[in-house]
Amino acid sequence: MKVLVTVKEVAEVADDFEIEGTEVDERYLEYDLNEWDDYAVEEAVQLKEDGPAEEVVTVTIGPERSEETIRMALAKGADRAVRVWDDALEDVDLLDVETKTNLLQSVVEEEDPDLVLTGVQAGDDAFGATGVSLADELGFQWGAVVNALDYDADEEVAHVHRELEGGVEELTDIEMPAVLTIQTGINEPRYASLRGIRQAQSKEIAPKSLDDLGLDAGAIESDLDLTSMYEPESESDVEIFEGDAGETAGKLAEVLREKGVAE
Amino acid sequence: MSDVLAVTEHRRGELRDVSFEVITAGRELAAETGGELHVAVIGGDTESFADSLNREGVDAIHTVSEGEEFNHDIYAQAVEALHAELDPEVLLTPNSVNGLDYAPAVANSLDLSLATDAVDLDYDDGLTVTREMYGSKVETTIEVGGDQQAVTIRGAEWPAAEGVGDAEVSEFDADIDTDTGSTVTGFEEVGGGDVDISEADFIVSIGRGIEEEENLDLIRDLVDATDATLASSRPIVDNGWLPKNRQVGQSGKVVTPTVYLAIGISGAVQHVAGMKGADNIIAINTDPNAPIFDIADYGIVGDLFEVVPELIEQFEG
Ligand SMILES: Cc1cc2nc3c(=O)[nH]c(=O)nc-3n(C[C@H](O)[C@H](O)[C@H](O)COP(=O)(O)OP(=O)(O)OC[C@H]3O[C@@H](n4cnc5c(N)ncnc54)[C@H](O)[C@@H]3O)c2cc1C
Ligand SMILES: Nc1ncnc2c1ncn2[C@@H]1O[C@H](COP(=O)(O)O)[C@@H](O)[C@H]1O
Repeated sequence: MKVLVTVKEVAEVADDFEIEGTEVDERYLEYDLNEWDDYAVEEAVQLKEDGPAEEVVTVTIGPERSEETIRMALAKGADRAVRVWDDALEDVDLLDVETKTNLLQSVVEEEDPDLVLTGVQAGDDAFGATGVSLADELGFQWGAVVNALDYDADEEVAHVHRELEGGVEELTDIEMPAVLTIQTGINEPRYASLRGIRQAQSKEIAPKSLDDLGLDAGAIESDLDLTSMYEPESESDVEIFEGDAGETAGKLAEVLREKGVAE
Repeated sequence: MSDVLAVTEHRRGELRDVSFEVITAGRELAAETGGELHVAVIGGDTESFADSLNREGVDAIHTVSEGEEFNHDIYAQAVEALHAELDPEVLLTPNSVNGLDYAPAVANSLDLSLATDAVDLDYDDGLTVTREMYGSKVETTIEVGGDQQAVTIRGAEWPAAEGVGDAEVSEFDADIDTDTGSTVTGFEEVGGGDVDISEADFIVSIGRGIEEEENLDLIRDLVDATDATLASSRPIVDNGWLPKNRQVGQSGKVVTPTVYLAIGISGAVQHVAGMKGADNIIAINTDPNAPIFDIADYGIVGDLFEVVPELIEQFEG
């Protein structure tokens, strides 16, 4: 079986930051492998180590900068990577679910995997929707928010747990080919070993433009238009204690005593 | 084509709260589009569900009696058939785990423009959705174009619909293929065990700011010194540092203590879902822009490794 993992490089905003127009200024952004995708990569690599998977391929829609993140996934055990980018994508300020679906679909059709793993959500734009949308586009089965996966190679069925709200899990059997969106906690993502990092240097990251994927500009035309970005208003009148650690702790202790929860 | 179709949600025989919230969101939106509000309920005891869903402002309720519990193949087919029949401008569904298991598929298959996790909706010639990014550190407005849209709405952002409506209730025959590629075989409760943090009066809750498992000892010392109950955000449980029954949030426990002291917790929406009902929320965080301060009553912008030892001192000294 071949497993494809979608891997996003996400931006994290620094403690203090500024918004320029409809973007957080680049100076305040730090990039990293999306937390949920880290778990998806680990799950795929474990499927390979345990037998059912022969190959693990990652796919990323992202500029050249994202190769650093892709190397991380390769160092953790993915065999090779595909990176989709195009000049036409430079000016898109919000890659919406439909656009991502179109781009990823072309790669999936080229790679022809049996199983696609995505993260439940991207830490930055947090649509939480790309995996299920992609499954529909491909005509694959799917399962969202999977926090346990037991693959039955003979039956070609994934026995999964879907994590619902409030400590309830749904047990579901899903036929292949399928897209599963992976939830944190499903496994323990490994750290890349030095050996892994060295090996990753010689693994392939295949660049793909719209043209390479047989797509035209229509594939990235979005109906979503980001019109403003701002810091949310506070819902509470928070009282911030001023002073050094000792002083602030003193005031906090006072509040705890006042509320009668500690003596 | 200015109507709104809102799809509700239930589990194990009960409508979930968000079902009534999606009605409110739908009613407000329909008032702006000048259309009608249609509400759908799929599976389970549709008759009694329809009764409870008949709230003020609902124009029509469509029941699809297929299956007991949620199955995304059934939901997707039912909603797609209803959409074809009603031709609404906007489709609203909960941004719940199950909502996200079918709404993106429906949107893709019907070619609806999709915006998820909306915290506000506005309609003026077209739909504008407010949603957050970067772990709630910024808010954005997005104009959602296209002829028809699908929006998933965040839980607890709209009040529950009230009153009694006079909606017309009708059974909709969606002609569903029940030979589905995924089969729900059961449910499992997780997070049980000896402690029940939902009973606690004073909770000290720790998040990823603690960095290392060994550092939890510091928090345990604080818990001992103040006689508090220890809880945490999700990453601490994902890492296996604390058992599942200590996790506060959407997929963990809902707690309502007198005081909730959040240490090194950013205040992600799924965490907040489990603790916003606390009487007093106090946060210790190095990031002055952490969203937890937006809902906190008291706060310390500071390093937990400096503040917590001082706090322990206050109760031991
Ligand atoms: C479907 C779904 C369900 C989920 N369910 C839950 C749930 O039930 N519960 C839950 O908690 N999450 C849940 N999450 C995850 C949630 O989205 C967040 O990822 C998680 O809550 C973040 O935890 P955190 O605040 O501890 O970590 P982070 O977001 O990483 O925040 C760490 C905070 O610590 C601060 N910090 C760092 N160092 C220090 C220091 N030295 N002193 C003081 N502060 C410091 C940082 O400024 C930061 O604000 C769910 C997500 C999804 C998609
Ligand atoms: N630019 C991208 N490149 C590769 N995968 C992506 C990209 N954006 C989203 N994904 C995948 O889709 C999942 C859900 O993302 P989202 O729907 O944007 O929250 C992520 O966890 C990734 O696995």
